[in-house]
Order: sequence, then structure tokens, then C-alpha cells
Amino acid sequence: KETDSNNFGELQASEAMATLAKLLSRSDFLESQYYFRNRAVDSVRKFENDAAVAIQSWFRGCQVRAYIRHLNRVVTIIQKWWRSYLGRKYYQLIVEAAYYTMKMNLYNEMAVRIQRRWRGFRIRKYCFNYYYLKEYLRAVSETNDAIREALEEFAEMKEREERKILLELEEKQKDYQARKTHYLLSTKQISGVYNSPFREHPDPWEVRLQKAKPLEHRKGSAMKSKTAHSLSSWLACTSARSFPRSASLPPIDRKRCQGPFRDINEVLEQRYKPLEPTLRVSEPIDHLHVAREAFKQEERMRNVQDKMFLPFSSYHKKETYIPMIHTLSTYDSPSYGQKYFRCQDPKKWISDKDFQTVLPSFELFSKYGKLYSKAGQIV
Amino acid sequence: MSQRQVLQVFEQYQKARTQFVQMVAELATRPQNIETLQNAGVMSLLRPLLLDVVPTIQQTAALALGRLANYNDDLAEAVVKGDILPQLVYSLAEQNRFYKKAAAFVLRAVGKHSPQLAQAIVDCGALDTLVICLEDFDPGVKEAAAWALGYIARHNTELSQAVVDAGAIPLLVLCIQEPEIALKRIAASALSDISKHSPELAQTVVDAGAIAHLAQMILNPDAKLKRQVLSALSQIAKHSVDLAEMVVEAEIFPVVLTCLKDKDEYVKKNACTLIREIAKHTPELSQLIVNAGGVAAVIDCIGSSKGNIRLPGIMMLGYVAAHSENLAMAVIISKGVPQLSICLSEEPEDHIKAAAAWALGQLGRHTPEHARAVAVTNTLPVLLSLYMSAESSEDLQLKSKKAIKNILQKCTYLPALEPFLYDAPPNILKHVVGQFSKVLPHDSKARRLFVTSGGLKKVQEIKAEPGSLLQEYINSINNCYPEEIVRYYSPGYSETLLQRVDSYQPQ
Repeated sequence: KETDSNNFGELQASEAMATLAKLLSRSDFLESQYYFRNRAVDSVRKFENDAAVAIQSWFRGCQVRAYIRHLNRVVTIIQKWWRSYLGRKYYQLIVEAAYYTMKMNLYNEMAVRIQRRWRGFRIRKYCFNYYYLKEYLRAVSETNDAIREALEEFAEMKEREERKILLELEEKQKDYQARKTHYLLSTKQISGVYNSPFREHPDPWEVRLQKAKPLEHRKGSAMKSKTAHSLSSWLACTSARSFPRSASLPPIDRKRCQGPFRDINEVLEQRYKPLEPTLRVSEPIDHLHVAREAFKQEERMRNVQDKMFLPFSSYHKKETYIPMIHTLSTYDSPSYGQKYFRCQDPKKWISDKDFQTVLPSFELFSKYGKLYSKAGQIV
Repeated sequence: MSQRQVLQVFEQYQKARTQFVQMVAELATRPQNIETLQNAGVMSLLRPLLLDVVPTIQQTAALALGRLANYNDDLAEAVVKGDILPQLVYSLAEQNRFYKKAAAFVLRAVGKHSPQLAQAIVDCGALDTLVICLEDFDPGVKEAAAWALGYIARHNTELSQAVVDAGAIPLLVLCIQEPEIALKRIAASALSDISKHSPELAQTVVDAGAIAHLAQMILNPDAKLKRQVLSALSQIAKHSVDLAEMVVEAEIFPVVLTCLKDKDEYVKKNACTLIREIAKHTPELSQLIVNAGGVAAVIDCIGSSKGNIRLPGIMMLGYVAAHSENLAMAVIISKGVPQLSICLSEEPEDHIKAAAAWALGQLGRHTPEHARAVAVTNTLPVLLSLYMSAESSEDLQLKSKKAIKNILQKCTYLPALEPFLYDAPPNILKHVVGQFSKVLPHDSKARRLFVTSGGLKKVQEIKAEPGSLLQEYINSINNCYPEEIVRYYSPGYSETLLQRVDSYQPQ
């Protein structure tokens, strides 16, 4: 076997040797061949390289685009889902809001309806109550009619009164005229102006004359002038004569009068002396009472105890009060004096008190020395 | 020379003085003599006579002075400048009642002319003495003093305040209660003069308890007293709601209406004024008057009087109507509108017409019903003619324009509106067309009537600027009708038709 292998190796070596020899024999050719071939390859290498780059770039481009397309598709799917999620959420919100507003609108509308009814009712009932207004206006027109009637009546009454007064005045004037012309009255013998004998009936004026009383004679102009210038004519200041005037001016010279007259100052003093009432008039009749009252008042002011002092023991308490026999009797002592001007029968008395005694004052004493006339001074 | 002869000289002098003073006083009553007297230097001659020893001469001199001062303000000023006042004031307190009257007369005559002269009297310290005179026993003196105080107080607030400060009011109120009618009258007039200036003064008068006494005297038969009493009450009531309510609370209400039937014109006028002053404050007070039947009475009063007497009544109706629509309706059913339109057409004076126009405007401005009530009485043409007439005063024109506008804006009574389409000026026409444009779309009968009466034609003839309010109204009227009708009534339509005939070519 080893031989075989040696053989084989030998064979192989021989074979390689042969090959080598062959090759060596062809080496020139091969060399030229190599050269030419490389040269040919070199000449297209750039073109091929460029072509390869183009092919590769195209391919790679396709590959990347396909990848991007793939990515896009995937992203769209994601976005679609996400957006649909968001959209549904938003839709939910909108629907809720819309529902809410719709509900509120409905409620408002209903509230408005209620308010409208209520307000209408209230206004018609309380403010612009048509029937009430109508009633009111009717009442007003009724009052107006009543007032018109009443005023008409009032005016008529006034007019009637005025007419009556006028008539009375006229009657008075006629009466005065009749009194003034009383002398025209016919006498038994001679018929007067108004009683013509050629007529059947006398004039009515004649009758009036008969009834009238003739005017009295004028007593002087003093009264007349006084009445003519009454207060009202004075205030209007229509005439200077409306002033009260003394009949003559006061005399300038005050000469002494003849005769045994008193001194003028004395006379004037007497003329203008103030009122001097008598003692009886100037003093009150219940002087005593007043004095007592005043005294009591004074005591009270001084705080004097007016209750009697009572013993401390209660021994006297049960004792009944026994009045004196004098005080018990109805026949009490008369207060003063002996003469009475009172009815004896006590039943007829108006007051059960006694009459008060008033002492007369003495004229002579109260006026002594003050009298103007000398007559009183002789006592 | 004997003593008698000497004394005779004096006597003659005294007689001559007396005669002189009396003659001057007589002469001073005639206006034509006054200038001559003034030129003769009567003032300087009268002045020493005021201090004469004889009281008659003093009094007559004062009287003559008073008459001279009464005549005009120059003479009154001469009295002031002649230093006569202090003398008068001094003797006013001292002398007897006749002299007091005469002195008060001089003060009154001087004070009535102007505020300056009245102020001069106040500066002399006359007020205190006059107030003392109010306490005098004699009613004539009281009257003269009250008169003088009233004349001083009537000028302005300061003078009235001075009179009030002098303590006159309680005494004047006492004077009202006196039995003399003349004194009552003058005291009431003085109170009225005092209270007319300001609410405070009126309040002072009210605080003195004047209202109750004044209200009692409304029924007094004396007409002149009634005048003054009503005037005093209205002067008190005019200031504020409170005062007006106080006056109303004195239960004047059915009573005062009898004064509207009085014979005396001025009583009527003052009663109307009083009611007006009360009514103008609040709707409630107006309502009270309406309920008492005051409106009917006032309307009757307007009907029965003429001229200026009507004015307060007319204004009262306006005030009542202005407060609310119900009150305006009450005036309408009291037959106020015909009376007012009579006033509007009959009265010759512009200011009364203006008041009537104003009152009508107040009546008609509330609702269509009110406006209709006013329009039915045919007042709108009268108002329009007043507005257009050149003779009317400016105020009357303004008032009637406002009244027309107020009524038109509410009026839906088309027959009354139609004449306005033909003769109203553009500024009023606008409102008329506006009313038509509001009514016509809703009323078919009115639409028909509007065409047949020629209103539509007139509307088409109105020249309106495009885009203006008037044009809008016209358009809305036109929209109520078919186009053919509108075109038919448009001006120049016949020519257009004729032109079409001309240009038509038969085939």
C-alpha cells in the first residue's frame, strides 16, 4: 500500500512535473495572455464598477423605500387607532355638552313659560287689572257726576241766597223811600199823589205809604260823620277827612280862668288819679280763710308735725271714742251775732254752712283826707 | 300890642299849618298833581310837620307822605333819602293809634316799590315796631302793620326772612283768628307773601299752625278773604311734597271745590292754583284729587271762565295727566279733552294756548287709547295750525310740536292721521307715515281705506332720501300692497304707459 501511495505520490509528482513543464512551456503565451486579459479587464473595470454601484444603489433604494413604506403603513395604523380613540373621547364630551345645553334650554323655556304665566297673572291681578281699572274709572266718573251735581246745587243755593239778599235790600230801600215820602200819603180829605180819585184802586205805593212810619227828624250831623268814616274807608286812605278831628283846634293860650277856681295841677291830678278802691273792695272777703291757709302752708313747709302725740301703750286702742254732749247736739251754737236772715227750716237751705259774716268797712276812714271835695272832711 | 293879638298870630299859624297839610293830603290823591307837588318841594315841607305839636297835623302829614310815596318809587326814594323813616319808626312805637296807622301806611307805601326801598325800611329797624303794632289792641293798627309787613316780605327771600326773624308769624297767625274780615284778609295775604319764597319760610308758617286756621276760612262768604286764603295755601303747598301733604291733611278737599263755583273770578283762579300746586307733586296726591272729584270740578271751572283764570286749571289737568296713564284716563273720562280743545281754539293769548297744547300732549302720550281720545276731538289739526302759524310765539310752537309728536307716536286712529299726510311738514310727516307703516300690515280694512282715500298716492309722492327713516316707513307701507297698485299710484306712471303705447309695434 505504501508503495501504492508512493507510487501515487511519485505519480503525482511526476504529473506535477509534467504540468509544470507544460506550463513552463506555455509561460510566454500565458504571460501575454495574462497581460492581455488584465488589460481587457482593466479597460471595462470602471464601467462595470459604476454599473455595479448603480445596481446596488437602486436595489438598496428600493429596499429602504420598501422599509419606509412598511413603517408608514404601520404608523398609520397606530395613528388611526389613537386618533379614533381621541375622537371618540371628544365626541363623548360634545354629546354630553349638547345634551346638557339642550336640557338647560328646555328647562329655561319651561321656566320662561311658567314665569310668563305667573307674571302675566300677577300684573293683571295687581297692577293692570283691567276690570279693576274699569271699575275705578266708572267710580271716578260717578264721583265726578256727584261732585258736579253737588257743586251745581251749591252754586244754585248761593245764587238763591244772593238773590234773596238783593231782594231784601231792594225792599229796604223801597221802605226807606216810602218813609221818606210819607208826606205824600193821602188824608181823609185830600187824596194824595198815589191815590187818584179817577181810579178805582189806589196805587200800591199808597198802601206802602200807609204802612210806613215817617222818618224822624235828623238829630245833627255828628252821628252821620262818625259812621261815614268807618275803619275800612280810613285804611284805604281815600280821604283826608277820614281822620278823626276835633271840632276845634286846642287853644294856644292857657290863660287863667276867672273866679275862685282851684289850681290847675290839682284839677289835673284829680282828673288823672289812678283808681283807688275802698278797703272793702280791695281786700278779699275770705281774708281769714286765706290767712289760715297761708299759715298752714307755712307750717307744712317748716315740717311741723300736726298729728297729736299718742301714748305708746296699746291700752287706749280698744277704747271707743265718746264725744262730748255739746258736740253731739244738733243745736250748735251760732257763729256770731244774734240776727239771722236765713230761713228757719234747714230743709230749704241750699248749703248747710252758715252765712259768712262780712264786716262793713268805714267809708269815712278809708277816704279821709283823700277826697277832692271838701265836704267829707267835716267829721 | 295886647297879649291877645300876639296869641292870635300863633293861632293863625296853627290854622294855616293844618290847612296846608290837609290840602296837600287831598291834592296827593290825584296823580296829575303829584309832579307839581314834588317840584314845589313838598317833601322838605312835610318833614318838620311830622314832628308838629298838634297830633292831627302829624297824622295828616304822615298820610300825605304816604300818598306821595305810594305814587311812584322816585318819591318813595325821596322819603327814604329825607331821613323820614327813623322818625316815623320812632313815633310808631310812641304815638296813638291814628298816628300808628298813618305811619304804617307810609312804610307800606315806601316798601312796596322795590327790594332796595324795603331793605331801607328794614335797616331803620321798622320791623320790630311793626311787629309790636301787630299786638296792638286796635284792629286797624294791626291791619296796617300786617299790610306793611306783607309788602316788605313780598320782594325776596332775605326780606321775608327778616320779617320772620322779627317774630311776625305767630302774631299774623293770631291776626287770622281775629273776627275782623279785613284784618284776616291782610294777614292771610302777608302769610302768603312770606311763604312764597322758599320751603323753609313756608315751613315756618306751617309750624306756627297757620294751615288749620286758613283751611277753616275757605268757606267764608267773603270773596276777597277767600282769595287770600287760597293763595296763601297754594304758596305753602307749592314747595314740597311734605308741605302739600300737610295742606291736604287739613281736609280742604271737598270744601275747596266749592270755591271753583264762586262768583269771584280770582277765587276760582286761586282755588285752581291751589289744586294745581298740590297735584303737581306726586301721583298719589293727584289720585287723591281725582278721587275727590276735583278734576271734574276743575274742568267745569275751565268751562265757565275766560282768559287767565283758566290757566292754572289747564296746567292742573296737564300735571295730573302727566303722572300716569290711569290718571290721564281719569281726566279723559271726566270730559277734559273737549274742554281743553275749546281752550286751544278759543283763547286769544298764546301762553294759555301753549298750556292747553302741553296738557293735551300729556294726555295723549300714554297709550293708543289716550291718543285716540285726544285725536277724536279734532285737536290735531288745530295743534298743527298753531305750530305752522307764523303768529304763534316760539314757546307755543315748541309746545304744540311736542304735543303733536307725543300724540302721533301713540295714535293708531287713522282717520285723524290722514289729513296730516297732505299738509304736515316733513319732520311731522315722518311720524305720521311711521304710524301708518305700523298699523297697515295688520289691518286689511285700513289698507283698503288707505288706497281709496288717496293716502297711498300721497305716500308715493313723498320725496324721501334713500336710506332715511321716512324711506323705510314708505317701503314698509309699499310692502303691504301688490306691486301693480303701488306702481299705479306712483307719480309719472301714466306717462310711462303712454310711452309704451308709442313704442309698441303691432305685428
